[in-house]
Amino acid sequence: MAYSTKVIDHYENPRNVGAMPKEDPNVGTGLVGAPECGDVMKLQVKVNPQTGIIDDAKFKTFGCGSAIASSSLATEWLKGKTVEQALAIKNTDIVNELSLPPVKIHCSVLAEDAIKAAIGDYKKKQGAKAVPAEAHAQPSA
Amino acid sequence: MAIKLPIYMDYHATTPVDPRVVEAMVPFFTEHFGNAASRNHPFGWEAEEAVERARKQVADLIGANPKEIVFTSGATESDNLAIKGVAEMYREKGNHIITAVTEHKAVIDTCKRLEKGGYRVTYLPVQQDGLVSLDDLRSAISDKTILITIMTANNEIGVVQPIAEIGAIAKEKGILFHTDAVQAVGKIPFNVNDLKVDMASISAHKMYGPKGVGALYVRRRNPRVLLAPIIDGGGHERGMRSGTLNVPGIVGFGKAAELCRQEMAAEAERLRGLCERLDRKLHAGLDEIYINGSVAHRLPHNLNISFAYVEGESLLMGINDVAVSSGSACTSASLEPSYVLKALGAGDDLAHSSIRFGLGRWTTEEEVDYVADKLISVVTRLREMSPLYELAKEGVDLSTMQWQVH
Repeated sequence: MAYSTKVIDHYENPRNVGAMPKEDPNVGTGLVGAPECGDVMKLQVKVNPQTGIIDDAKFKTFGCGSAIASSSLATEWLKGKTVEQALAIKNTDIVNELSLPPVKIHCSVLAEDAIKAAIGDYKKKQGAKAVPAEAHAQPSA
Repeated sequence: MAIKLPIYMDYHATTPVDPRVVEAMVPFFTEHFGNAASRNHPFGWEAEEAVERARKQVADLIGANPKEIVFTSGATESDNLAIKGVAEMYREKGNHIITAVTEHKAVIDTCKRLEKGGYRVTYLPVQQDGLVSLDDLRSAISDKTILITIMTANNEIGVVQPIAEIGAIAKEKGILFHTDAVQAVGKIPFNVNDLKVDMASISAHKMYGPKGVGALYVRRRNPRVLLAPIIDGGGHERGMRSGTLNVPGIVGFGKAAELCRQEMAAEAERLRGLCERLDRKLHAGLDEIYINGSVAHRLPHNLNISFAYVEGESLLMGINDVAVSSGSACTSASLEPSYVLKALGAGDDLAHSSIRFGLGRWTTEEEVDYVADKLISVVTRLREMSPLYELAKEGVDLSTMQWQVH
């Protein structure tokens, strides 16, 4: 199978490989896929609490070249976006950008799932943080 | 010596034709172009003589009588002829066939078709080392069993089945025994009488001969095997396989068989050494790599290794100047990981992480070293970006994690 030059570029020079501390309240982590299916993506976003903008994104992927490229591209796109803008990224955008063939569309779906899972985790953390703050505020009022 | 890239290490898929084989074939395209079935002129006689010489060369390689060799278009046809031919011919005796889950698709799918026609097929499981259990085989046999078909050596993991023991059981029970011997013949000693094989499928292009030609060995005595043909026509090959003989192909097949017979012992020893070297180097440079299938019962030129936490296709992308195969789903048309590796019970993740190395006549030590070094660096790089490797290093047991299976 021939890969597009963009897939090869992301495979050879993956952007933003790495990890950020999972326990950081401003970091959202998404882990999607399954080893027995042949692809697992871990995607992390770090949101600036002041601006609400994603300052940093990191990934690690177990999967084929297209899966690596899809997640690498996703981290590139995430940086500088607000959380809501990030949720608007669609797998079809990834398919088009990387010229993925039909058999590799599931890689882009997984990347979209990873974005949603990472943002979801971040929102959950923020929500969890907000609730005790309110609970704490009531007695002192 | 500079290495010529890309490096071919996929000799189980096919082999280049040996130049000595090409040389033997050439005159049969032009000068000696006759139809071996033309009985009334010298063009036909020449072709027939060449075919009979090749028949003897192939027979000699497997300890058979030349009359027991039926030329076909390749091993897929040979497997079909053996299995369907026996099924039809012995239908009144029984309708049960025994095979194994790790067989080549040419056997599995042929059996599946017969199941639709009312035959019953037992697909024996294999043990963790890829070998079938003789106890399982014995208990699968019933008074309706007409055929046992078990491959000699597996095309993915190179595991060599206990053919002589299976042959003895088949003989004791009066059941015909066919083996797909494609990966074994010409590579390791294979004698139809020592192994008590009644039928054996062979392919020329797996042993440095041309593509498009193969053979089925069909025993003529003790017992005399009768086969219903699957191709009807002019009654060539004692009525078992009609169709004008592929004379140049058959001549090449014969020459390839002769060369294998003469050089097999030394070649196997050299390739075993190279495989061990490859294995040693990989183990020295990487942790958590696993050989799939029995090490003791294995073709000398096969190595099938799973590189844990790294997906096979991404690994192939990183070694794109080396031709090898992977059991990963992404490299197969079906998007399913290798059914052979799954049958070993090692887990689908290790099937996705596997690479098959097939060494051959022109593999050099320099190539082995190049491939080992390249793999070590690519696996190391991919593990650094593998979430599974990270989790494993954190001490997480991946098998107990909840994954979203998609």
